Amino acid sequence: MTEHGSISGGPGFLARDRLQALIDGILAAGYACLGPKVRDGAILYEPLDNAAELPVGVRDRQIPGQYRLECGDGPRCFAWATGPQALKPHLFAPREVLWRAERGPDGRIVFSDPQAGVKPVALFGARACDLAALRLQDRHFLEGPYPDPHYAARRRKLLVVAVNCSHPAQTCFCASTGDGPHASAGYDLALTEFDDGFVIHAGSATGARLVEPLRLSAATPAQREAQARQAEQAAQSQSRSLPSRNLRSALFANLEHPRWSDVAERCLSCGNCTSVCPTCFCHSEAEELDLGGARSEHVRQWDSCFTAGHGYMNGHQVRPDTRTRYRQWLTHKLGGWHDQYGRSGCVGCGRCIAWCPAEIDLTEEAAAICGASA
Amino acid sequence: MSQGRHTAPESLAAFPNPYRPWEAEVAERIQESPSIFTLWLRLTDGAVRTGYRFAPGQFNMLYLYGVGEVAISIVSDPHEEKLIGHTLRAVGRVTQGLAQLKPGDRLGLRGPYGRGWPLDAAEGRDVLLVTGGLGCAPVVAVINYVLLRRERFGRLTLIQGVKHADELIWRERYAYWRSLPNTQVLLAADHGGPLWPWHVGLVTEVFDRAEIVPEHSFVMMCGPEGMLRAGARQLAERGVAEERIYLSMERNMRCAVRHCGHCQFGARFVCRDGPVFAYPEVKELLGVRGF
Repeated sequence: MTEHGSISGGPGFLARDRLQALIDGILAAGYACLGPKVRDGAILYEPLDNAAELPVGVRDRQIPGQYRLECGDGPRCFAWATGPQALKPHLFAPREVLWRAERGPDGRIVFSDPQAGVKPVALFGARACDLAALRLQDRHFLEGPYPDPHYAARRRKLLVVAVNCSHPAQTCFCASTGDGPHASAGYDLALTEFDDGFVIHAGSATGARLVEPLRLSAATPAQREAQARQAEQAAQSQSRSLPSRNLRSALFANLEHPRWSDVAERCLSCGNCTSVCPTCFCHSEAEELDLGGARSEHVRQWDSCFTAGHGYMNGHQVRPDTRTRYRQWLTHKLGGWHDQYGRSGCVGCGRCIAWCPAEIDLTEEAAAICGASA
Repeated sequence: MSQGRHTAPESLAAFPNPYRPWEAEVAERIQESPSIFTLWLRLTDGAVRTGYRFAPGQFNMLYLYGVGEVAISIVSDPHEEKLIGHTLRAVGRVTQGLAQLKPGDRLGLRGPYGRGWPLDAAEGRDVLLVTGGLGCAPVVAVINYVLLRRERFGRLTLIQGVKHADELIWRERYAYWRSLPNTQVLLAADHGGPLWPWHVGLVTEVFDRAEIVPEHSFVMMCGPEGMLRAGARQLAERGVAEERIYLSMERNMRCAVRHCGHCQFGARFVCRDGPVFAYPEVKELLGVRGF
C-alpha cells in the first residue's frame, strides 16, 4: 500500500546491469511482479522475475488493423509503445464471481462473498496513457456511491512501476489527449529508459523505499535534460490527434451526421475496441447454477456496447443496429465521460485503432463527425 | 505534493459488497391480471428489515435463485414497516420465474436504488400524474402516497392511457379514485372496445379536459418514451414549468450501482441519476432512437 506525501531526493540513475536488483527488491518486498514479455506475437504483462525475460530490442509496429512485433537492435527493453491490454484486466477482472447463493433443503437462501485472498502485485512497465486510464477506472469503481470491493482489494495492493514511453506507435495520440507520453502522476516509481540505464523517480513513499537500498547516484543534469528531450521527441513523433479535448457538444450536435451510417458499413460490431480500451467499464452479470442446484454463482464479465444484449430492455432493443452502437461508443467515450467524470474517456493509447479488424480509426471518425463544429 | 498523488487511494477500508442481495420471503402474492402479479416481501434478517428505507419511485433488484436479477419499482408505501410491495408483469426469464413463487418461498432483494419522485417539493401543489402502458407501478406508488396524505396536496389529476381497453388493470381502483373529492381521473385507450366508456385515442388528447392550473402543478409521468416526450412538450406548452415535469425512465438496469453501464442514457446512469428525472435533464436525448 502506497503512502502519499513528499518524497525525499530527486531522480536517481540506475545502470542497466542493475535492473535485476530493482526487480529483486520488489520481489523481496512481497510483490508478485508482472512485466512485459513477448507471448503469441504481442507484448503482455506476465509474471516477471528476471530482467533477461524483458523484450530486449523488440519494437512494435501498429497501424490501423495491425499490430506486429519486430526485432530491432540495441539494449532497450521498453522501445515499444503498448501491448493489447493495459492495467485494466489486473484490477477490473475480465471475469469474476461477485457473490454466491446457496439454497438449503428448506428453501432458505444464504448469500456469501467470494474468498478475497488478493496478493500484492507490482506492475512493471505501465505507460502514461495506462495510468490516466487507471485513474479513470479508480474514479468509476471506487469513488462513486458504491465502491467496488473486488476492484478495491486488488487496487490497494497494486504497486505501479511506470516506464515513460520513448517509442510511440503510429496509432498513438496521447499527446493530443494530454495523457502522455511522459507519466506525471499515478505511479510509485517512474523510469525513463536510455541505452545505458534508467533515470528513476519515486512517486510515493513505497517507491522511495524500494529504490533506497539501491544507493543510486543522483541523475546528472545531462541525464535529466536527455529525459526531457526524449519525452519531447516522443510527443512530437505522434501524427494522430483528436480535434479537441472536449468533443461533447460537437458529437451530440451531430447525432444525425451521415458519417455514422458510413462507419456502420465498415464496423463489424465485434467489440474488439471496447475489449482493448483501458477505460471501458461495461460489464454484464450472469448466473451459474451448479448441476445439483444447491449453489449458484453470480459472475460478472466484460461486456461491450457493441453487443445486442447491452441495449436490450424488456423485450425491446434500444440500439438495434451498428450505427446506433458505434454512435453510443463514440458519444460516450468522447462526450458523455465529460459529464460523468469531467474529462474525455479516451487517453490516446490507440489500441482501438490497431486492434480494429476493419481498420477504423477513432481519430478519423471523430474528425469527420465533429468537423467544423469541434 | 508528490507526483504520485493519484497513486493507490489510501483510505480503502474493506467495503461492503454492494452487489450481494439479502434474503427475502414472499408474504403474499396477488394475481392482478393474467400476466400481472404483486409480491409482498419480507426481508428475513430483522436488522436489515429495520434499516430498510425507501422513497416512492425507487426500485429494488429482485433475485430469483439460480436465474438472475431484475429491477422492479416499489409500489408499497414508504411507511409500511414490514412488507415491501412489487407489482410485476411476467415477460422475461426472471419475471416468469418470480411469477411462480408462492407465500413462504425465498428470493433475493437488494436496494433501494435510484432517485424517486419529488414528493416533498410537490406538497401544497396540485399533482398531475400521467401514465401510459399497463401496470405503471412507479406512478401507482405516487397515487397511494398522495391518497394516504391527501391533506398535504392540492388537486389530484390522474391520466392513464393504455393501448387496448382490456389492458387496464385495477379498474375498480380507478372508479374509486374518481369518486374522491378534488380528484379527477381521465382514461384513454388507443383501441376502446364495447365496454370502454372513456376516451378512445392518445393519452395526450385528454390533456384538454384536465382541470389543472399549470403554474400550480407538479407533473409526474411514466410510460413509453414517445408518450413521455409528447406529454412533456405539450404540458410545457400549456404553461407547466419544465423543471416541474418529472419523468420515470426505463433502461436496462443490471447492477443498479452505476457500474455496469447498461442503463446509460447519454451521460446519465438511469439506475443512479434516475429513474426519475426532471424533464430538462433528459430533454436533449428523449425519444432519440439509439439512446
